[in-house]
Amino acid sequence: MKTIIVVGNGMVGYKFCEKFVARQASNDFKILVFGEESRPAYDRVRLSQYFEDGNATALEMAPRSWYAENNIELITGQRVTDIHRSSRTISTMNDQTFSYDYLVLATGSSPFVPPIKGIEKEGVFVYRTIEDLEAISAYARTLSEGNMQPPKAAVLGGGLLGLEAAKAVMDMGLEPHVVEFAPKLMPRQLDRRSSKILQGKLASLGIHVHLNKATNAIIGSRAITGLQFGEYDGIMVDMLVVSAGIRPRDELAKTCGLEMGTRGGIVVNNKMQTSDSSIFAIGEVALYNNMIYGLVAPGYEMAEVAVSQILGDQEVLMSETIDMSTKLKLIGVDVASFGEPFMPVEKGYAILFENKTKDLYKRVNISHDGTKLLGGILVGDATDYNRLHQLYLNDLPIPEAAEELIIGSITNGSPSLGSVLDIPDVAQVCSCESVTKGDICNPIKSGACNSLSEVIAMTKATTGCGGCKPMVTDLVDETLASLGKEVQDTICEHFDYTRQELYGICKVKKISTFDQALATCGKGHGCEICQPLLASIFASLYNDTPNDEAVIQDTNDRFLANIQRNGTYSVVPRIPGGEISADKLITIGKVAKEYHLYTKITGGQRIDLFGAKLNQLPAIWKDLIDAGFESGHAYGKSLRTVKSCVGSTWCRYGMDESVSFAIALEERYKGLRSPHKIKGGVSGCIRECAEARGKDFGLIAVEGGWNLYVCGNGGANPKHAKLLAEQIDNETCIKYLDRFLMYYIRTAAPLMRTAPWLEKLEGGISQLQKIVVADSLQIASALESEMQSLIDAYQCEWKQAIENEAMKSRFKHFVNDEADDDNLVFVPMRDQWMPKQWEQ
Amino acid sequence: METIISTYTSVNEQAVKTWYKAGPVEAFPDNGGVCVKYKDRQIAVFNFKRKNTWYACQNLCPHKLEMVLSRGMIGDANSLPKVACPMHKKTFSLETGENLDGALDAIATYPVKVADNIVYIGFSE
Repeated sequence: MKTIIVVGNGMVGYKFCEKFVARQASNDFKILVFGEESRPAYDRVRLSQYFEDGNATALEMAPRSWYAENNIELITGQRVTDIHRSSRTISTMNDQTFSYDYLVLATGSSPFVPPIKGIEKEGVFVYRTIEDLEAISAYARTLSEGNMQPPKAAVLGGGLLGLEAAKAVMDMGLEPHVVEFAPKLMPRQLDRRSSKILQGKLASLGIHVHLNKATNAIIGSRAITGLQFGEYDGIMVDMLVVSAGIRPRDELAKTCGLEMGTRGGIVVNNKMQTSDSSIFAIGEVALYNNMIYGLVAPGYEMAEVAVSQILGDQEVLMSETIDMSTKLKLIGVDVASFGEPFMPVEKGYAILFENKTKDLYKRVNISHDGTKLLGGILVGDATDYNRLHQLYLNDLPIPEAAEELIIGSITNGSPSLGSVLDIPDVAQVCSCESVTKGDICNPIKSGACNSLSEVIAMTKATTGCGGCKPMVTDLVDETLASLGKEVQDTICEHFDYTRQELYGICKVKKISTFDQALATCGKGHGCEICQPLLASIFASLYNDTPNDEAVIQDTNDRFLANIQRNGTYSVVPRIPGGEISADKLITIGKVAKEYHLYTKITGGQRIDLFGAKLNQLPAIWKDLIDAGFESGHAYGKSLRTVKSCVGSTWCRYGMDESVSFAIALEERYKGLRSPHKIKGGVSGCIRECAEARGKDFGLIAVEGGWNLYVCGNGGANPKHAKLLAEQIDNETCIKYLDRFLMYYIRTAAPLMRTAPWLEKLEGGISQLQKIVVADSLQIASALESEMQSLIDAYQCEWKQAIENEAMKSRFKHFVNDEADDDNLVFVPMRDQWMPKQWEQ
Repeated sequence: METIISTYTSVNEQAVKTWYKAGPVEAFPDNGGVCVKYKDRQIAVFNFKRKNTWYACQNLCPHKLEMVLSRGMIGDANSLPKVACPMHKKTFSLETGENLDGALDAIATYPVKVADNIVYIGFSE
């Protein structure tokens, strides 16, 4: 076994470990990582985030346990002090010695602190580590105490990092002043015009910018009180954050005689090897092509190259030219720069668009022959960045009228760049993780991935800076669409099964709680897809009501009512078959009146009462239940109604008692949970006034019995139900319905109604007839007894909820107060009330 | 409506000046949310038992500005704890408040601590 020692546990050092783990070579290598900071590697790019939420662990690239789980020994808070190349060992600050076969230097960089007079004064900080931020924050607090005016903080350096630092001090309640030596902000990325736009935007946000200022002294006796630029020029500030560039942390290499650049940095070749072939250098300490690259993406690529080289994959070499394009949101302002942001006249010409009233600036640089995009700058709106960047990276042809690249998106609202699928497979989409378009689209085409989250899990695209997310989303969506795919077979990232498989597992292993399911066959902590799904399975297996595990239910099931657009609920009592007595109608009227509910007749022959506040639901239901009502399950993926025409009870054409049979069926299947809602209908003759063939099951009275139809629905994609059996009596109807419904519940995908389920069923309606009528699978008696046990276990869940204090207690808007939600506003609508319209 | 949103800004633990006593642990369902009233604010509090962590955020969903997030389901996406709004299933990180499935504004998050069986929410004023 060989030993690799990684010196440095920053983003690039971590990435080396991650890429190593991904190659599954840990049996042949032992990895030892030394980090100087006390924490495991964290995301320095999002450092200012730490000020917003103060959560250091959220920034971690991986938790400490990850290293141990992957056989990586991580030693933090320990600096490596010497490299002994002859003995291939290193020693640490407390004189421990370790030997290596390969040494990877990922020591990164430190902030460059210019030798300005007074730089050692109290109140001068650098911006690099979480500890730096904590020190800045602590000092800011002491400044703010007892101060009416916000204290002022200067940031020395108007580059990327300096502007991030300015945001951080602004978030701490200080007045930020950015001081830059150059005549523009972000001098490497922006031209003067775009810098002006950015400066204006920053000023409107309260960030002061001082350009063309050479700081020659820091004044103050013990602590800083100001900066002096010239003899008569300066600003008074209470704090200074230095962000004037980086210097590679190359001291280890210097003392052991590795080849160095004249201005620092460890010289590496395109294998990331230093002048000693067993020592590699990656990240901001490595001098490649005579350049130090202070961006994450090239650092990650270097890590990939070093891993490959060590594992003997010698083909993988560092790219010759490094893409330094950047896109970021600085204090809410989009800023992007790609390729050659500035254009020497001998190479091409620039097309500019500027709108000062909207703080917008766009620039593209075009080759003289007008065929290629060489680079550009976007400030204020960077939505076109991904497409422009791809055009640039892949030398793709551009429109003859090149200005369409930037103004197309303004005049007609969409860029004239065509489909994302037009870019070549080799085009790099995520530069942080080196993911190409092919890497994203091919697994979808092969069926290995079916969703954005699966693609991200497989490729790690979007997990770096996140800038490519819109592009990756488009690629996934358009690829899926091009394959005509929408459905995803497995449930979600937590359960690697189809609903049918999960149903089987729960049944066999008698799983009845979500935690048991996670422990037995899931991973992670669940989500809004798998929790209601499991709840539905438990209900189908044991007739559990949503009261049993309320938190895994969708909100409608959790509160046994239908949420409406202002967060209030509607109440639907069951009115079987649509038949209702005068007394019950009066009760509904009284309840509606007492609680100011808006009432409307539904499509399923019942009455919906809208606008009930969460904390009113138990009282409303108490009144309804006392009058003999039950839950209508309008909120559930369950049996809704069995609609009927009036049948032979009154109708002169009626062949049978459709109302009576509809009531019997609704009473039988009420409370039955299923993959999606189920509706039924019973018509007393072929005139079909109950629209039974537009339902999941429908019965039509004919000479000699009932015709039974299944798998129809109305809605967005109407389907007529298909004939399952003819001229059968009531008992046979029930028998077939038991079998059919139970088979559907067992086998359908989540949220799949009976019509698409039948389309997916191999053999279609004739196969269903074989199973249900001829019992070809010999499961009919099992299906019937499963259904019977569900019917026997039925109870009205609203009655259950209001009779149990613990269950009832969840129907409150505030846990600590009896008050109503004071955010609700109702406005009159004809003779009733409705919620105020949404403003957005 | 802007004014309602602006009453909610994230608080980090260092900035807490008031630990508001929200109630006893038993009042908070395991792995679910409830809404706590603090002055004129509504704060959603989640006892994420499976992770042994408590989270708090604004009850207001930035999508349609309704007070509903406490009624959302919680869970995780790539190990990141999240809440799904019950209205349109917009999801937000419980740690950073970031909208995970779109470009909505982030929601404000608040620190929670539990001491002697009492749940406290941290505010910065």
